[in-house]
Amino acid sequence: MSKITPEDVRKVAKLARLEIPEDQVEMYTSQLEDILSYVDQLQKVDTSSIPPTTRAVEVVNVLRKDEVKSTVVREELLDLAPQREGDFFRVPKILAD
Amino acid sequence: MAIAEWRQQLQLGKVSARELVDQQLERINEVDQKLHAFLDVTVERAYADADRIDEARLAGDSLPPLAGVPLAIKDNLCTKGINTTCSSRMLQNFVPPYESTVTERLWNSGAVLIGKTNLDEFAMGSSTETSAFGTTFNPWNTSKVPGGSSGGSAAAVAAGECMAALGSDTGGSIRQPASFCGVVGLKPTYGRVSRWGLVAFASSLDQVGPFANCVADAAEILQVIAGPDARDSTCLKASVPDYLSSLSQPLNGIRVGLISECFDQKGLQTEVKKSVLSAADQLKNLGAEIQEISCPRFNDGIATYYVIAPSEASANLARYDGVKYGFRAKEFESLSSMTSCTRSQGFGKEVQRRILIGTYALSAGYVDAYYKKAQQVRTLIRRDFESAFQKVDVLLTPTAPTTAFEAGTHADNPLSMYLSDLLTIPANLAGLPAISLPCGFDESGMPIGMQLISNVLEESRLLQVAYQFEQASSVMETAPGGHCIPF
Repeated sequence: MSKITPEDVRKVAKLARLEIPEDQVEMYTSQLEDILSYVDQLQKVDTSSIPPTTRAVEVVNVLRKDEVKSTVVREELLDLAPQREGDFFRVPKILAD
Repeated sequence: MAIAEWRQQLQLGKVSARELVDQQLERINEVDQKLHAFLDVTVERAYADADRIDEARLAGDSLPPLAGVPLAIKDNLCTKGINTTCSSRMLQNFVPPYESTVTERLWNSGAVLIGKTNLDEFAMGSSTETSAFGTTFNPWNTSKVPGGSSGGSAAAVAAGECMAALGSDTGGSIRQPASFCGVVGLKPTYGRVSRWGLVAFASSLDQVGPFANCVADAAEILQVIAGPDARDSTCLKASVPDYLSSLSQPLNGIRVGLISECFDQKGLQTEVKKSVLSAADQLKNLGAEIQEISCPRFNDGIATYYVIAPSEASANLARYDGVKYGFRAKEFESLSSMTSCTRSQGFGKEVQRRILIGTYALSAGYVDAYYKKAQQVRTLIRRDFESAFQKVDVLLTPTAPTTAFEAGTHADNPLSMYLSDLLTIPANLAGLPAISLPCGFDESGMPIGMQLISNVLEESRLLQVAYQFEQASSVMETAPGGHCIPF
């Protein structure tokens, strides 16, 4: 079914927010092709009327009381940021001048 | 030394917890330059933990079950105030502000943190070679890999650098390295152990479990980490049985199934097959009934997994965007290039490859053909196991098709690396508990592992069969050359 092209790799990389250098596109193309061709064996399995499994062991929703508890403090979380400004995460300018 | 024996020595005052830490650190100094099992040896913390235990003992307080037991923790489990890197540049400087549930329970039970262990980057790999911080080597032969992704934890236990360790298992990442390193590795039922604080890879498959030198030690660790956790909604509410009490029960009448599909593999090493079949004979001698069982869709496990796991990974790893924590690229032109440069510089090739596969499988036009199809085949694999467990109590297979391979074997061929997880993946897809334990050695002296799989939440049964086999076979005493790395 699959035939992966370099164009597919560039498109998927963009969707995944990856910056794949041009000289690696070829490598990823052939590796993805290998892997997805192997995966194509699934197409031979008859799955008509078979429900999908989303979780292996069924669980029901866990509910708890809605009460205030202390968790990690805000300062500690903000301090993990690559760039912090006051109470904010700093990122590059989004809008042009 | 087994945990029970250590506990006795500690209580009698023959050895202090501090002295044991001394011994472990000495061993690490002696061997870890060659093995590179550890990313971080937490010397001060280990002594502080040990001193608390020694003081409690001197004060006459009753000691918790894992008092003074030195443990190594896979570096994808959050440890408050201690680097948790996932062996990735992305998290190289990440110091978690919170503790994972499993490690919190271990420390509350008196265990001592000796260090954090190496893994394949974000647990994606089967050899520990995708770590951004260098490969770990196998203590039985340092030209070979320890397996992966929890290769550091497996190697550390095998080499006597700690008494036991934690790993995580998404497609075999505890069992395969346990097999390659000649130790016991247990993947519990999906949801038996909390995933809170485990850095997510594939959320419907990930599970934390122990590495140990013997089955009883694995049971001791599981006893502490298992059980419901309000912070993980997929953690099962079922109460935790006493795992140690079932170990000594004889195997009379226990039904063991050999999955025929596993023994017909082309790539199955002859010595591995022979050794596991001879283990089946030993189980029979112990009173078990052996029969062949067919799981027709077993061999579709890898194809199913390599759609589902990368798809979930591509979603889970979307959070690494260079904004809130972790690595951020130095040079970029805009917010969007900041994100993509950060991700491509922060993630290694294997992680990026899996993100690409997952993103492709989930993209418009392909989601039904790949993701939904894989989820449907997952149902069929589960059903195979369900019908198998109507006939038998546990299933027996080799853990891996071969013993440990040479470092670099699969360097240019990711698919051939993926195929080494053939026998472990189906248990993850079905959420079943499974254990790997040593059952022999190949001609070159490398350990062979056998895998036992049981029904959901039947860890007691698994441990019982494993323990009875271990006691009767004394496999480790047959190790050529005595024990691994005399160095």
